[in-house]
Amino acid sequence: MVNFETVVFYVFAAILLGSALRVITARNPVHAALYLVLAFFTAAAIWLLLRAEFLAITLVLVYVGAVMVLFLFVVMMLDINLERMREGFWRTLPLGLAVGILMAFEMAVVLYDRWQGLARAPKVPAADYSNTKELGRLIYTEYAYAFELAAVILLVAIIAAIALTLRRRKDSRSQDPSEQVKARRADRVRLVSMPADKDG
Amino acid sequence: MNGNDILPALPEIVLLAGACALMITDLFVKDERRAVSFALAQSVLLACAAATTFVLWGTGGRLVYTFHGLFVADVLSHVLKLAAYVSVAAALVYSRRYLLDRGLLKGEFLTLLLFSLLGMMVMMSANSFLSLYLGLELLSLCLYAMVALNRDSAQSVEAAMKYFVLGALASGLLLYGMSMIYGATGTLTITEVAKQVALLSRDSTQHTFLVFGLVFLVAGLAFKLGVVPFHMWIPDVYQGAPTAVTLVIGTAPKLAAFAMAIRLLVNGLLDLAADWQQMLAILAVLSMAIGNLAAIAQTNLKRMLAYSTIAHMGFMLLGLLSGVVGGNWLNAADAYAASMFYVVTYVAMSLGAFGMLLLLSSKGFECEQLEDLKGLNRRSPWTAFIMLVLMFSLAGVPPTAGFYAKLSVLSAVVNAGQVWLAVVAVVFSLIGAFYYLRIVKLMYFDEPKDITPVAGDTEFRVLLSANGMALLVFGILPQPLMTLCFVAIKSL
Repeated sequence: MVNFETVVFYVFAAILLGSALRVITARNPVHAALYLVLAFFTAAAIWLLLRAEFLAITLVLVYVGAVMVLFLFVVMMLDINLERMREGFWRTLPLGLAVGILMAFEMAVVLYDRWQGLARAPKVPAADYSNTKELGRLIYTEYAYAFELAAVILLVAIIAAIALTLRRRKDSRSQDPSEQVKARRADRVRLVSMPADKDG
Repeated sequence: MNGNDILPALPEIVLLAGACALMITDLFVKDERRAVSFALAQSVLLACAAATTFVLWGTGGRLVYTFHGLFVADVLSHVLKLAAYVSVAAALVYSRRYLLDRGLLKGEFLTLLLFSLLGMMVMMSANSFLSLYLGLELLSLCLYAMVALNRDSAQSVEAAMKYFVLGALASGLLLYGMSMIYGATGTLTITEVAKQVALLSRDSTQHTFLVFGLVFLVAGLAFKLGVVPFHMWIPDVYQGAPTAVTLVIGTAPKLAAFAMAIRLLVNGLLDLAADWQQMLAILAVLSMAIGNLAAIAQTNLKRMLAYSTIAHMGFMLLGLLSGVVGGNWLNAADAYAASMFYVVTYVAMSLGAFGMLLLLSSKGFECEQLEDLKGLNRRSPWTAFIMLVLMFSLAGVPPTAGFYAKLSVLSAVVNAGQVWLAVVAVVFSLIGAFYYLRIVKLMYFDEPKDITPVAGDTEFRVLLSANGMALLVFGILPQPLMTLCFVAIKSL
């Protein structure tokens, strides 16, 4: 039985896989980043089909709106030598493709005509059901432990990023406002008494 | 949720609070007074040990689930946590001088080390795919950063990059496997998964998906354990990381990886044992073969110990795969306890071996080539003797703990009727003994390059001696530790 939703799902899934593939094969990093935006967007659309509208909107806002735009800025500012980066790519491509196709084939053989048993459409929720509220309730009750752990992981990411990138360079010129405010006349100006010049 | 629900997680809470306190305190500590942060880190570990003992005493070793089934406190988790505290505390003592000499003894190292321990503890107490995965990521992120901590060394940065990329790939495999199992059982809680799996018939659709997910799960697990063919990162990371960080990677995380294997395979998917035991057998044989053979060809000590890790983890898997024979798990507790004994003694040996490299390194000199050990006996007979005990234990020579560990795993394998596996294991252990004994030969029969006596702080040398002696004691009197492992496995 093929209904409209299934058709829409397959269209989105095809776009998602196609754009994900282009992310890793596109020659130009800017194009790759844009394909990634498309992939995120289609994933958000699939989540909408599953009636997870809060997650879908978050994905678009956070990843597409913020992360990817930043990413594009960085990619555009970097001076990347594309040919050097791709030297190994074409040499290893045949092997990678062969392994990939073989794996996909094996997975298809294992799962062929078995998937029907698992395909269940999500239940249609009541009209006053709020996805956002439910997520909030679950995060702060059942998954409080996992939520806290995710917070710790973010903290570790901050520590690691600072530890790996912060360097006190001797040649950098920075201002220290508190030092500037604390400065007194006596520290900066020295009165020197000199004998008057007779010939002047 | 009331106080009793949170109490089993007291050690984690203490550690998290302590690590945050250390991070803040360290900001105000000047470089020359770093001993304050160091002492604080040690006292946090001590507080954690007290908290774990308190929880163990409070629950009486009963199985306690809390946080809506995301967290489990049982004897296994308590024992492994205590072992991890000891290992991390020893790692701190061993690496202090080394890090100080290289300007790496900063608050970042201590904080990341404590957070990585938190990740391990979360894994040891995980009763859900979610908490297991979050613990794993917490641990891995800290380790990636610690490998790269010495930013001026291109080798370290390269090792960190490889570790990061391959680790992310393995996490992806693991998650994919978990999602498949979630699809088949409809739950992430490991105990619930076990119930669902027991209900499924072998030829249902869900069963196909389970086995399909299991393959990816085992692949992810194999990567984290570092067994062939998912071992490629180990030699590069062990060699590239600063030796103090290699010491950390090579010790306590192995306990966490063991806990992860037990939680996923034994707690969750014991009914699929027939399927995963075959996979583990392949991993074990390949690891013992490639680990031992490749170690012979190494001239770099850290790289050699890396291949030796691969071989040892392969050996450890032998115990895990001989638990269930033909749907009957009478033998299981013995086999898993043997594996646990093996992994605990391996951590002790690995601590000692890398600790020795740290002791012999000095400011501006890295002890990492085989010839750096030449004639160690002439320089310091006692140090050479400790190294001898460590090498004998790694090789599995009686009367060291390494011998008893190998013996108990082998007897579990033979009890499971897998005699050919036992034969293969013994053959590769014999091959492996060559490169451990080569070190003994270098220390005792070769002329030293320089004859300066071995320096080192007193507490370092005392702890290293205690470490070596412990291996002898556990080799001669293995029963207490073995009983502890057995009780821990029985508590599942």
